[in-house]
Amino acid sequence: MKEEKILLSHGSGGKLSYNLIKELFLANFNNSYLERLDDGAVLNIDGLRLAYTTDSYTVDPLFFNGGNIGELAVYGTVNDLAMCGAEPSYLSCSFIIEEGFPLSLLEKIISSIKKASLVAHVDIVTGDTKVVNKGAADKIFINTTGIGVVKEGINISGNNAQVGDLIVINGPIGNHGIAVLSEREGLKFETEIKSDTAPLSSLVAEMLEVSKDIHVLRDPTRGGLSTTLNEIALSSKVDIEINEGDIPIQEEVRAACEILGYDPLCLANEGKLVAFIPSKIAPNVLKKMKENKYGKESKIIGRVVKKSEGKVYLNTTIGGERIVDMLTGEQLPRIC
Amino acid sequence: MKYIDEYKNKEIAQNILWQIRRISKKKINLMEVCGTHTVAIFRNGIRKMLPQNINLISGPGCPVCVTPIQYIDEIIAFSRKDNFIITTFGDMIRVPGSTSTLEKEKANGSDVRIVYSTLDALKIAYDNPAKNIVFMGIGFETTSPTIARAILKAEEEKIKNFSVLSVAKIIPPAMRFLLESGEVNIDGFICPGHVSAIIGSKPYSLIAFQYGVPCVISGFEPLDILQSIYLLIRQIENGRAEVEIQYERVVKPEGNKIAMDKINEVFKVVDSDWRGIGNIPLSGLEIKDKYGKFNARKFAIKKEETKEPKGCLCGEVLRGVITPPECPLFKNICTPEDPKGACMVSTEGTCAAYYKYN
Repeated sequence: MKEEKILLSHGSGGKLSYNLIKELFLANFNNSYLERLDDGAVLNIDGLRLAYTTDSYTVDPLFFNGGNIGELAVYGTVNDLAMCGAEPSYLSCSFIIEEGFPLSLLEKIISSIKKASLVAHVDIVTGDTKVVNKGAADKIFINTTGIGVVKEGINISGNNAQVGDLIVINGPIGNHGIAVLSEREGLKFETEIKSDTAPLSSLVAEMLEVSKDIHVLRDPTRGGLSTTLNEIALSSKVDIEINEGDIPIQEEVRAACEILGYDPLCLANEGKLVAFIPSKIAPNVLKKMKENKYGKESKIIGRVVKKSEGKVYLNTTIGGERIVDMLTGEQLPRIC
Repeated sequence: MKYIDEYKNKEIAQNILWQIRRISKKKINLMEVCGTHTVAIFRNGIRKMLPQNINLISGPGCPVCVTPIQYIDEIIAFSRKDNFIITTFGDMIRVPGSTSTLEKEKANGSDVRIVYSTLDALKIAYDNPAKNIVFMGIGFETTSPTIARAILKAEEEKIKNFSVLSVAKIIPPAMRFLLESGEVNIDGFICPGHVSAIIGSKPYSLIAFQYGVPCVISGFEPLDILQSIYLLIRQIENGRAEVEIQYERVVKPEGNKIAMDKINEVFKVVDSDWRGIGNIPLSGLEIKDKYGKFNARKFAIKKEETKEPKGCLCGEVLRGVITPPECPLFKNICTPEDPKGACMVSTEGTCAAYYKYN
């Protein structure tokens, strides 16, 4: 670690986060589960395959167009379990609350959590509450941990992408990133863009019904599609090729990116997944995805081209080619 | 999306490329002056699509990159003062000063806020009457009118706790400076679209006539850039040197008079230091004495001693003398995670573009 202090960029889900995880956390806690760097670990306990994951939620503002921190805390963890191929069952839920936080807002968040857990079919079975001095936390932080069972025959992992796999995404990218950003102080702009916050467990279950032979599932949250694809390419040691013209992006999101100078590939999503599917079964999986509420706009965006050190290439709309790199630090609005 | 998709049409792109190949005979260097063009060229993979006799050189048009380190140290010094809020465009916060960055100062407890508009900075001043709000006034002719407008608004609304640290610069003198220096052989300029929307096409006339170098003012979509390259090649192959506006849907020959009036009201043209290039006469904007109360330089600050990063060749990159991979620090010591020079920090910096897309 060259930096003396933790910077916001270390938490952005991009390269600095990746380095922190590799050089500090993985270096110290290393074991065969953790080293896969998947969204969760799939444990084998007395013959039962259990997916186990945890996530902490901090978002500013707490309530944004299309969601809130409570929904995120449930769906985010549910999605991490689903990305292991598991059927999410139980969640824990812990709160760190800043002194002075309005009870009415807490009630609103709890009610959202309850609703989200009903939608995602998970029970919240344990939890914890801590209140800290004013200023020691920013309003409220939520941590959720989840477990779920992974059925036999399912072997989904970020290091399992194989040459010839087709890459599918379940809808337009970048909505969450822009929705949250548009409500931040100093960057406020009027937009109809809603966060895509959604539980993906039902979609994944239906995909796995078609075939258990899906190789990789990942939700491109912080760091966006570009970071997720780079992580998969690196862990699977393959080169990936995606087509710019095939990546679904809503017009409003594109417009916001044009104005702010953002790359939609680096924007956060909260209801998206990328799947690496053998080309033989891809058409059937895609067909099934399109029947699900959260997969109507599913699309093939690229493929795994060859074994290699792990690069992501983009065929540009006009017929050029370029590299897609991981996000470095937080995306920052440009000057002009 | 209107005004976007039609400028990304693959067939038209191939057609322009065919025409470029048809007329292009000479081996030429074209400089894209503006950083936004550099990024657009990389993002669309344009370099590799062009015939090998056409070489694109990235120019000094990235405001973050050409801001000398002492000014970064200056804003960092402000951020360390009690009761000050620093407001800045996002690109600035990771730019390394001699020993620190605004991002690091923020981690140390300084109040550093990213804004998208100068008027947002003014609003922060309005909302925090007990604090001094300093805005890092960086940019070219595109941003300067907005900074001028914020100062005029602060005057109108009697907002006393707002000030600007002006490091604003003017583009055409830098273009002339590069030609005068003779370090790089430039056969044509792809001129910045949005700067030209403000200044118009006239300031480039001198460059075309005096130096015989064709100028084409270009939009930022891939077809805009390809067409501008075609127009430049056509001029060069025909032995002409004129100013042409490709970005007609935005740029008028006379520019934007209202915006220019605002700049002229608030700013005076001064000699200015450009990182890696040196002092260029009459190439910077400083706040006129008339608006001195909004000039952040009225405060006494203690700036640390300037230390340039060892071995960094940002200057050579900015002058188009070398490409980033020719700098020994590139990718080895200087990366977007741990940048040594400004060209690696800004999204519009040449080194960052080479690192990210090439």
